[in-house]
Amino acid sequence: MSRLTEAEAVETAASRKYKYGFTTKMEYEEFPRGLNEDIIREISRRKNEPEWMLEFRIKAFHHWLTMEEPDWPNVNYQKPNYDDIIYYSSPKEKPKKESLDEVDPEILATYEKLGIPLHEQKMLQNVAVDAVFDSVSVATTFKKKLAEAGVIFCSISEAIQEHPELVKKYIGSVIPTNDNFFAALNSAVFSDGSFCFVPKGVKCPMELSTYFRINNPDSGQFERTLIIAEEGAEVSYLEGCTAPMFDTNQLHAAVVELVALEDADIKYSTVQNWYPGDENGVGGIFNFVTKRGICKGDRAKISWTQVETGSAVTWKYPSVILKGDNSVGEFYSVALTNDYQQADTGTKMIHLGKNTRSTIISKGISAGKSQNSYRGLVKIGKKADGSRNYSVCDSMLIGSECGAHTFPFIESSNNTSSIEHEATTSKIGEDQIFYLQQRGLDEEQAISLIINGFCKEVFKELPLEFAVEATKLLSIKLEGSVG
Amino acid sequence: MLKIIDLHARVEGEEIEILKGINLEINKGEVHAIMGPNGSGKSTLAKVIAGHPAYEVTSGQVLFEGEDILEMDPDERARLGLFLAFQYPVEVPGVSNSMLIREAVNAVRKERGQEEFDPLEFEDFIIDKLKLVEMDEKFLDRSVNAGFSGGEKKRNEILQLAAMEPRLSLLDETDSGLDIDALRIVSEGINKLRSSENSFMLVTHYQRILNYIKPDKVHVLINGRIAKSGGSELALELEDQGYDWLVGDAHVNGEA
Ligand SMILES: Nc1ncnc2c1ncn2[C@@H]1O[C@H](COP(=O)(O)OP(=O)(O)OP(=O)(O)O)[C@@H](O)[C@H]1O
Ligand SMILES: [Mg+2]
Repeated sequence: MSRLTEAEAVETAASRKYKYGFTTKMEYEEFPRGLNEDIIREISRRKNEPEWMLEFRIKAFHHWLTMEEPDWPNVNYQKPNYDDIIYYSSPKEKPKKESLDEVDPEILATYEKLGIPLHEQKMLQNVAVDAVFDSVSVATTFKKKLAEAGVIFCSISEAIQEHPELVKKYIGSVIPTNDNFFAALNSAVFSDGSFCFVPKGVKCPMELSTYFRINNPDSGQFERTLIIAEEGAEVSYLEGCTAPMFDTNQLHAAVVELVALEDADIKYSTVQNWYPGDENGVGGIFNFVTKRGICKGDRAKISWTQVETGSAVTWKYPSVILKGDNSVGEFYSVALTNDYQQADTGTKMIHLGKNTRSTIISKGISAGKSQNSYRGLVKIGKKADGSRNYSVCDSMLIGSECGAHTFPFIESSNNTSSIEHEATTSKIGEDQIFYLQQRGLDEEQAISLIINGFCKEVFKELPLEFAVEATKLLSIKLEGSVG
Repeated sequence: MLKIIDLHARVEGEEIEILKGINLEINKGEVHAIMGPNGSGKSTLAKVIAGHPAYEVTSGQVLFEGEDILEMDPDERARLGLFLAFQYPVEVPGVSNSMLIREAVNAVRKERGQEEFDPLEFEDFIIDKLKLVEMDEKFLDRSVNAGFSGGEKKRNEILQLAAMEPRLSLLDETDSGLDIDALRIVSEGINKLRSSENSFMLVTHYQRILNYIKPDKVHVLINGRIAKSGGSELALELEDQGYDWLVGDAHVNGEA
């Protein structure tokens, strides 16, 4: 066996750990740091937005000024200096393109490195991709095919121009501008994001997908996603995120709103792999995200699946408001933390309609010196007769310096409803690994098998390609953290 | 096949030795039984041979086919053809039994330069092995050992043994926990797997399994040392008289 020099070994380990840590050389349009009304007006002006959109932003900004950054999550970090952030960052080449041929080749090369099927030739994969580079959407593929089905899938900026009535009707309808500190900030400064509208009775003919990438070390990323499924419509949406390695922290404060009308079905999957910082906890993304969906009509269904592996600090609770009778909310989550990462994540299921059902499956994996918290709220309203919730919250600890915490909150005002909660904590054991090694599997394979087994119920909710990617991602992240 | 020379081992980081100078040689095609009172070090011996990281070898050698394996990782040893059937098989929730066995079989096949099985080929392959230990197919889809009864776990170990086709098998109390019929079935299965090319080390407390699988040699392990070795008749003697008469001997041997 050949031995690597220490430097080589360190380099190999580092690059395996976070292989997306490269930056793309781009020129950026100048934009001043800090936030005030003028900045917001300038963002809106550059994007050529209608008056109502600017008003929405300004209103949100005034709310934000009165709000405090939340202290209740179980995480510790140096709060960002909001005056030092660049709130709008776009590559200098004007990125609005009709076809991919016009997109800056540097950006395309970056997405190729990330393994994103941006090229139309990859049609066979049947995935339509919207890619958000720093703040600006650079390309949306498969527009034509989707348009034939009546599906609108484009950047939110484009939607504001082309479908203002839809955006105006739904934006802020699930997450009001004053919902929380980060949602208010996002509402004031959001730069781009994805928009999807599936009309009545249409099954979206392909998976929709967005890749987010932060490239500029001083910019925040504030995407805004809005998905609407009309009566009986169906859509499955995937979201992936990566960022280069910087020794400073970048703020990512996104807002995602989902609206499902009667009998509609929205499935939203995320594989989050923002840069987590180095093994000493330096750098990494602050991932403060508000995601919420509403089952507005009867028998609507919203399902969140997330695999959270990156970010220095994560604060995220994809939630469902079950307003329609017999509506269904689901939350499947794997959250992995290593080194000094901290995650406080979970969900809220708000049962308002009759016979509404929700399922929560949360799998937390903590390694290194990381802290991993599940925080959940199941709320059953007075009129939600016959509603049911089932929650499972499993934690796995790797090593003895990490922590796993669960904060399940339950509020029920209806005694015909039932809430079931199970929680377990286990430790990945030397004996388990030895057993699998004795069967010829090397340590890495053994750990990957154990972790996969642990996360199985969540992975089976992911589209196959994503499940494979998620599996690989987890084993890379955990390499060397056992034993 | 296996040669152990003056092997001393202790729990990693502790002072007290558990194995205090073991010498043992098992030739190709032989079956050796290891007996001895509770806590005498039988499982420790098996785990040290297999490379369990909780134990530290302080001196001595373990040669497998002439090669010292003490520096090897447990998985390298396994792929060379060393198999340990655990006294307490470990549960792996969420991982299907067939998935584990397929990965295990493919790991050794790769090592031997054979083509790896795809899922369909594997299915044909494993059905035969299931028959050998008369196990129901439904155990393939269940999570590894999770919720298995004690006897089912033991039988599952032998299924894995049959699938991996090792050269040397260490069976740690496979007979404990098996009912009378299961003991016969498992023993017959093991007998079918025996050949002039492979060897077995059976750790057991009971003479009964040795009626089915006749050992070439029986060793008595007491307090970390082999106190006595003999032929298969030694097991009968122990069944009659217990271990008391050997305890003194062990000390004399060790201190001499
Ligand atoms: N990991 C460990 N940590 C602490 N003590 C250990 C460890 N492993 C073994 N021992 C001790 O070493 C001694 C030998 O244990 P071992 O399991 O090898 O016994 P055994 O002969 O297999 O017994 P049994 O017949 O009961 O299975 C016992 O006293 C046991 O408590
Ligand atoms: Mg034992």
